[in-house]
Amino acid sequence: MNAWLIGAAVVFVVLAATTAVLTRDPARQAVVLAVLGLGLAVMFAVLQAPDVALSQLAVGTALTPLLILLTVRKVTHRPTRESGGEHDRSRKRDQR
Amino acid sequence: MSTRARLVMFLLAAAVVAAFFSAACAHLPPFATPDHPYGERAVAAALERRTANVVSAVNFDIRAFDTLGEESILFGTVLGATLLLRRARDERHRRPVAERVMPTTRLFATLLLPVTLAVGVYTVAHGQLSPGGGFQGGVVLATALHLAYVAADYRALQKVRPLVVLDVADSLAAASYTLVGLAGLITGGAFLQNVLPLGTFNTITSGGTVPVLNATVGVEVACGLICLLAHFLDQAVEFTGPDQYEKTGDR
Repeated sequence: MNAWLIGAAVVFVVLAATTAVLTRDPARQAVVLAVLGLGLAVMFAVLQAPDVALSQLAVGTALTPLLILLTVRKVTHRPTRESGGEHDRSRKRDQR
Repeated sequence: MSTRARLVMFLLAAAVVAAFFSAACAHLPPFATPDHPYGERAVAAALERRTANVVSAVNFDIRAFDTLGEESILFGTVLGATLLLRRARDERHRRPVAERVMPTTRLFATLLLPVTLAVGVYTVAHGQLSPGGGFQGGVVLATALHLAYVAADYRALQKVRPLVVLDVADSLAAASYTLVGLAGLITGGAFLQNVLPLGTFNTITSGGTVPVLNATVGVEVACGLICLLAHFLDQAVEFTGPDQYEKTGDR
């Protein structure tokens, strides 16, 4: 049973990591990274490393995506004359 | 270098690494066996120092010097981010405005803020007893405070976040880790030696210097991460570059 859990967690992590690499938009990538962090936390937990799982959950799922999103917002929030549409889209993202 | 040459170089390097990696993995002990030589020794050493959480015993007692390095890395990171993200000469400070929050979001964050703070303090305080510790609890504490931003707006977050105090607390906590180590050097003969009375096994004061070092790391991580996030948030919310003066008031 435990071997199945470990296998499922590893497969999930591999899929999530591949998706994170293939995602090009940084804002979407942050969300995928959060999911990957959750998968890694589950994997560490089923491998009986709860301390590492807690660190992973706090840093990988909350902190890193937050820092990426803040950076994306700072960088894309700059309105220029020709990219008003881009500006609008970034503003919609911020309002979630 | 052309794409083709780069690909050939990558394939060569990958083949070499793969060969050595496979050879090294063949000598590893089998996966998930009940006996583990290092684990047995670590558990014995942790029980001898009356620390219930073996991982904390490894982090703050057996390998306390490694943790000093990790803690210094975080301190350096916060210092570097502070330096890089300070307000540039052509950036203008914009006063954050009051923002409307959905009532359900406000309720959710207001209820969760005290709960998360309590979880963070618990995780730090029980680091020597149960999974968790200074680092994990510190990150929980730092992110918990930002629920104030979710519940209200940036001005509310600024009220619950005295940055000057947190900056000083961060430095003091980082320094006190070394000071505890020096205390071990003076009274016990070795840097970071566990010199305090060990106490009763599985109580909150057990483990000698483990809970002390754990607490300093907890304070340092919590304060450091709040400062780090503060600089990122300031950049995203408060500062505006030279080319966006006229668009600033429209949010």
